[in-house]
Amino acid sequence: MKLIIIAGPPSAGKTAVTRQIIRHFIDKKKCAFLKIDVVRAFEDEELRDEFHIPARKIYSGDLCPDHTGIMVLKDALSWAEGLGTDIFIVESAGLCLRCSPYVTQSLGIVVLSSVSGMNSPLKMGPMISLADVAVITKTDLVSQSEKEVFREKTKEVAPAIDIIETNAIQGTGLRYLMRSIDALADIVDANTIMLRGIPPLGVCTICIGKREIGWQNHFGVVRKLDGADDIFRGD
Amino acid sequence: MQTYFQPGLDLVIMSPGTISEITILPGHDKHGNPEQFDQIVIRPGDTISIVGPTGSGKTAFINDIEVFACDDTATGRTVLVNGEIPAEEFVRDPSKKPIALITQNTKCLADMTVEAFLAMHVRARKMSGSAIVAETIDLANQFTGEQIQSGCRITALSGGQTRSLMVADAVLISNAPLILLDEVENAGIFREKVIEVLKDHDKSVIFVTHDPLVSLLSDRRVVMRHGGVEKILEPDGREMHIREMVARMDLTLCRFRERIRAGELLTEKGFTV
Repeated sequence: MKLIIIAGPPSAGKTAVTRQIIRHFIDKKKCAFLKIDVVRAFEDEELRDEFHIPARKIYSGDLCPDHTGIMVLKDALSWAEGLGTDIFIVESAGLCLRCSPYVTQSLGIVVLSSVSGMNSPLKMGPMISLADVAVITKTDLVSQSEKEVFREKTKEVAPAIDIIETNAIQGTGLRYLMRSIDALADIVDANTIMLRGIPPLGVCTICIGKREIGWQNHFGVVRKLDGADDIFRGD
Repeated sequence: MQTYFQPGLDLVIMSPGTISEITILPGHDKHGNPEQFDQIVIRPGDTISIVGPTGSGKTAFINDIEVFACDDTATGRTVLVNGEIPAEEFVRDPSKKPIALITQNTKCLADMTVEAFLAMHVRARKMSGSAIVAETIDLANQFTGEQIQSGCRITALSGGQTRSLMVADAVLISNAPLILLDEVENAGIFREKVIEVLKDHDKSVIFVTHDPLVSLLSDRRVVMRHGGVEKILEPDGREMHIREMVARMDLTLCRFRERIRAGELLTEKGFTV
């Protein structure tokens, strides 16, 4: 089974890209889909209706969706494997631009929207730099100049990333993405899959519901305005 | 010809002068019927219109060209450069791509001045010289009746100004040998002037259009139906009479438009074209 992890900001076109992948492979491969979201998600229902593939979702609620994804991924792999899946697509919620849900033994795809502003790749970091492929969507909507600059900025964050420009609704230019998926190796051993990087820290008392402002009011990993290092503060 | 497409010879590939022709090989229509043409060859200076009813496959046709389809799009067409499948970088890197696509939806989103915007593109292309920015603005101003100032903000330009600027940018800064214009007639730019300038610069241009004047000014018309190319017309002077008449009608309409914009009442009893 091949594993594909798709991240990217809200409305960048993650599901449009997912749709194109499924449409391309559905005649030859068994696809399955998992959406991780925070409050509401409909992608699983849409894809199930459209392609009649196994699709499900999980809500992270008060937990960081990336943390949720990591917590459930092993179960999800067993689920997909149990269905005889060839290509398993996991789509992240894409909220804080710091997400980096990519794991080893998978293809990490970040979906970026070219209408989100030319500097937006610079604001994202690991969501781009830990991905294998950057799919830049909606390139039909922006000028040539902005398209070129967007590409330069993406490369600034991740010089070696494979950049694919597309109008994901129509699927133009996605042949290179399909080729990467063709070339992707199956999971060798699900027990050795690791996160490629560390997602945003979720170990602090804000996470558990304390609402006071100021690090002095919190425990665990806290941060001060001055002094950039994370510090651990016990009780 | 083979050597142009070896990796590492980018500079050779990049020079638009090395593109002598772009060839479209037939695919099939929506029903799977093969298209009835051998090939469509586009050479520098060619003007082609794509016409046909809504949903007939006009936009899909230029999208095929834009992505250099190689029997991997819904239409099954293949697009060659100088008779060969183009190098991958040529297809994928927008700064190296020999094609600029400008659609009705194409926008400049950056909130910058015209000058800064063009300078940014010049920098991204690693070109030198500031003269090209001024030249591009001058050229754009030949396409539009509303003058673009270098200090204007891009976001404050009208649709026609923006489209004019993008065409000028494609001609001078992108230096793209082939320009695809999807229904630009709605943007209020001087279509005849655009065609003339593109010919002068030896650019090829493909219009997706519903506009009689643009269609009649083109050297060839590709007629679309059910997702496929139905026929290719080469009027070769036979439409000259109508073309001149439509050009005059267009001019008349332009004058009326200007007068309406200026707040006049048009009270003549009739008019000649």
